[in-house]
Amino acid sequence: MRISPPEQQQNGCGSVRRLFALLVTGVVLGCSPQEPETRGTEPRVRLVTTDQYVNSMRYIFGAGIELRVEFPPFERTEGLLGNSAAFAGISSSQLEQFQAAAASVASQVVDPANREFLIPCKPADEHAADTACATEFLSSVGRLLYRRPLSGAEVEQFVDSAATGADTLNDFYAGLELALEAMLLSPDVLFIVDRVDPEPDRFGHLRVDAYSLASRLSYFLWNAGPDAELLDAAASGELLTDEGRARAVERMLASPRLVDGMRAFFDDMFRFSKFKTLAKDPTIYPQFRNTTAMAAREQTLRTVIDHLVTEKKSYLDLYTTRSTFMTPELATVYEIPSPPGWVPYTATPDSQRVGLLTQISFLALHAHPGRSSATLRGAALRETLLCQEVPPPPPNVDFSVLNNPDAHYPTQRDRVIAHLETPSCAGCHLIMDPIGLGLENFDGEGRFRLVENGVPIDASGELDGIPFEDATGLAEAVRDNPALPKCLVKRLYYYSVGGPTPPGTDRFAMLKYLNREFAEGEYRLHDLLRTIAMSDAFSRITQPEEAMQQTSLPPNVTIRQFALNTRTGAVGDDRAPGEENQRE
Amino acid sequence: MNKLSRRRVLKGMLNGSAVSVALPLLDCFLNDNGTAFASGVQMPVRFVTWGYGLGGTTSVFVPKTFGPNYDLPPEIASWERVRDQVNLFSNCRGDLDGTSNRCHYSGWVITRCGTAPTDRIPGETIDTTLARTIGKATQYSSLTATATGNVTSTYSFVNADTPNPAEWSPLNFYTRLFGPGFQDPNAPEFSPDPRIMVRKSVLSGVIDQTKQLQKTVGAADRARIDQYFTGLRELERQFEHRLTKPEPIAGCQPHDAPMADPSMGSDVESVKLRHRMMTELMVMALACDQTRIFNMAFSDASSGLIKPGYEKPHHTCTHEEPVDTELGYQPNASWFTRRSMEAWADFVEAFTTVREGDGTLLDNVLVYATTDVGYARTHVLDEMVVFTAGRAGGKVKTGLHIDLQEKSPTAVGYTALQVMGADLPSWGTGNNESSEVLHEILV
Repeated sequence: MRISPPEQQQNGCGSVRRLFALLVTGVVLGCSPQEPETRGTEPRVRLVTTDQYVNSMRYIFGAGIELRVEFPPFERTEGLLGNSAAFAGISSSQLEQFQAAAASVASQVVDPANREFLIPCKPADEHAADTACATEFLSSVGRLLYRRPLSGAEVEQFVDSAATGADTLNDFYAGLELALEAMLLSPDVLFIVDRVDPEPDRFGHLRVDAYSLASRLSYFLWNAGPDAELLDAAASGELLTDEGRARAVERMLASPRLVDGMRAFFDDMFRFSKFKTLAKDPTIYPQFRNTTAMAAREQTLRTVIDHLVTEKKSYLDLYTTRSTFMTPELATVYEIPSPPGWVPYTATPDSQRVGLLTQISFLALHAHPGRSSATLRGAALRETLLCQEVPPPPPNVDFSVLNNPDAHYPTQRDRVIAHLETPSCAGCHLIMDPIGLGLENFDGEGRFRLVENGVPIDASGELDGIPFEDATGLAEAVRDNPALPKCLVKRLYYYSVGGPTPPGTDRFAMLKYLNREFAEGEYRLHDLLRTIAMSDAFSRITQPEEAMQQTSLPPNVTIRQFALNTRTGAVGDDRAPGEENQRE
Repeated sequence: MNKLSRRRVLKGMLNGSAVSVALPLLDCFLNDNGTAFASGVQMPVRFVTWGYGLGGTTSVFVPKTFGPNYDLPPEIASWERVRDQVNLFSNCRGDLDGTSNRCHYSGWVITRCGTAPTDRIPGETIDTTLARTIGKATQYSSLTATATGNVTSTYSFVNADTPNPAEWSPLNFYTRLFGPGFQDPNAPEFSPDPRIMVRKSVLSGVIDQTKQLQKTVGAADRARIDQYFTGLRELERQFEHRLTKPEPIAGCQPHDAPMADPSMGSDVESVKLRHRMMTELMVMALACDQTRIFNMAFSDASSGLIKPGYEKPHHTCTHEEPVDTELGYQPNASWFTRRSMEAWADFVEAFTTVREGDGTLLDNVLVYATTDVGYARTHVLDEMVVFTAGRAGGKVKTGLHIDLQEKSPTAVGYTALQVMGADLPSWGTGNNESSEVLHEILV
């Protein structure tokens, strides 16, 4: 089975659907480009993440559910941890953690204080099995946990488990608890499985079925399983219609749960998981504590959500905005007064605190424990925000210049000049250091400074041929860099479909289409989310062998291998485990 | 079995076993020479790994003398208290086998997998190989911990996509090992927990569902679901284990729970404190026979340890600190190595705090300790070191310094596998393949 080259097929189903979306929102556009033909993605089997698990439990069983779980993070693929969910294995010790989490959730659900609200029926006898009540409860929560209705046999099996427990322990609720615990361990709960249907009006083509589409939308936009309304739309078939899908997407974009979804995405994209172990040298930065690090992460996420989700402003302006939020934990490093809690804060016009790069999250995360690093900051900007690859240092790199015992570098600029004057270093450092120098007015914890070791700091530099004098100029250069919005588009598109799509001309065309749409929407996040969620590419499924026919990969390289290579830098933009933090 | 009969059988089992079994507390737990339980069961030999980052500097690390009573150069001066329990293998050479040197990665992967990686982890690590055999007798087939505070600091992998994540919080680790689910082998009475019985029973339904899912997914995903299936079987085995009366073990004396986790800092003292806390828990888990395989990562391969007041973390220091021409080495890089070796000595010593028969737990342990490079400043895999500790139930001599004469570190790994009973003709691939045991250390 082959499909025609992308340029020959412009059926525009996604565009029709998008038109419905625009009608639903009351937006009218003039001429809009059509979505190119794409093959879609392989069917995914994604392992749930910690946040997805917690978000789903709290939606299903209430915000009061206490869960202190931390499942192991995945490796990074194409810049995101979430992109590896379709590859990650599950070790025995991890399953043990899932079991412990399941036991914790189940015991809280049947707790006498909670059962009144969470269990919709009462047994005839609390000391015996009750098939009717167990069936009512387990089939209703099972639908939310499995993201689809349970089959009769599945319900019967869990009801039987509840009865086994009730009989053995002489306690209906204990039986229900252990049946729920088992359900929470089910592969249908822990893995998000794409199930596939033929496309009705396109012979030989496949798409995710209605329930899998509900899950794709829900994990993309909310980072949690579908709610009852979305499952209803899947059950009725409405979700498979253009109007129905548009209605569902608009409802999800308008929901407060979008905040959870976008916090998860940006936390992943900005590599904020590193905050869990970020530590500064207490003798050099005595005011930077673990709570400072967590507050720095929160400040940036609040800024992003307020700017993009609440205010619906341009993504580009996030890098020049002076508006943020402040809390006393950070105010000591920003050297400003701040009342308790989180309050809106706008930096003064003469301040160099301009945009995300000058927030403590970026400055402290990409620095050494005891000093700043133009190299680490430059590399992070390239890789995290511009999706550009910076090669790791060669194994035989000559460090003799830096090891010169007579060398004395009062400022970081002096140090990195040593890099740039050494041919073996200069190739890579030229693409990192001149950017990072623009942030040298901020030390390793993110505090503003004018001098280093008594020498005035020169924070001038250049980004892709655009010179700047200081952090303000760098912010503007980043804002205007064409790679900035393209990087977000690429990250968000792959994230939405559970990982990189097969390489080929159709992927290029799809990214080009999304980039154009994003630009036309003046770089507003909602529009990009809508365009992706309504696209054919989002729901289309390709079989692996079909995907292979369309790629330029060698015949012995599978798509999976390609994706794995992409993760390790053999093809794409990430490095192998253990290779992080190797730079300067 | 239909559902009704399954319920009846379970209830019947419960009624039959709920009677507590009084155990003779004052019985001698071990036989006279301490090599077996009172019941005659042989004391188990446990396998432990220890990993740290960034090697050392040969001139101040490697002893000049070989065999027993080797000298202790400055970087390993702290070994004095454990030297007679430690074998040091110097002059190992990890062979890249034509692959590019992936800095701070290729070296440790060779020591743990036996193969130079082209990109990702090439297969299971040595502890996983052993966990598949000797790990089956205990509640946990293996346990993995780190002192770094980071769940991803692990040298233990099932495959490239499945690391064994590290326990990093002493509090959480204590709860897992000795919390409400802990089955004290020395408890005066034993009664199987009926909830565990039900858990084990209902798990069979989940296992059936998994079989259904295996039929519907592609080959690559099927392998992952298979792995999940194995995990379910492992859970089932753990439940079964908790329903079985354990042998009394004199050395199993868990301490109280830690009051709090240490601070999350990467400064050496914080990491060493966390290391001591995790080690103490690990030693007791081995003493209580909760596991026979244990992995500890003191630091990552690109170690991020901090020396308070010194601006560069360990890894950066190894590359940027000038060599002191008078001393002949990088003083701060060496400072980090010395602290790491102190932690190693702490680690080995911790096994001697538990009595087992006439000796200590260390007599029934084999520790395999590795690093990622020979000389960190240049990333070379020449002059790498590997250590072992413990007598492995009397099979291994200790206190020796051995020149490996540029053999691959897999020579030590293969010997360890043989000592632990893995019947393998060889271990490793290409130029790292080893098929001869190091007889010098065998009794």
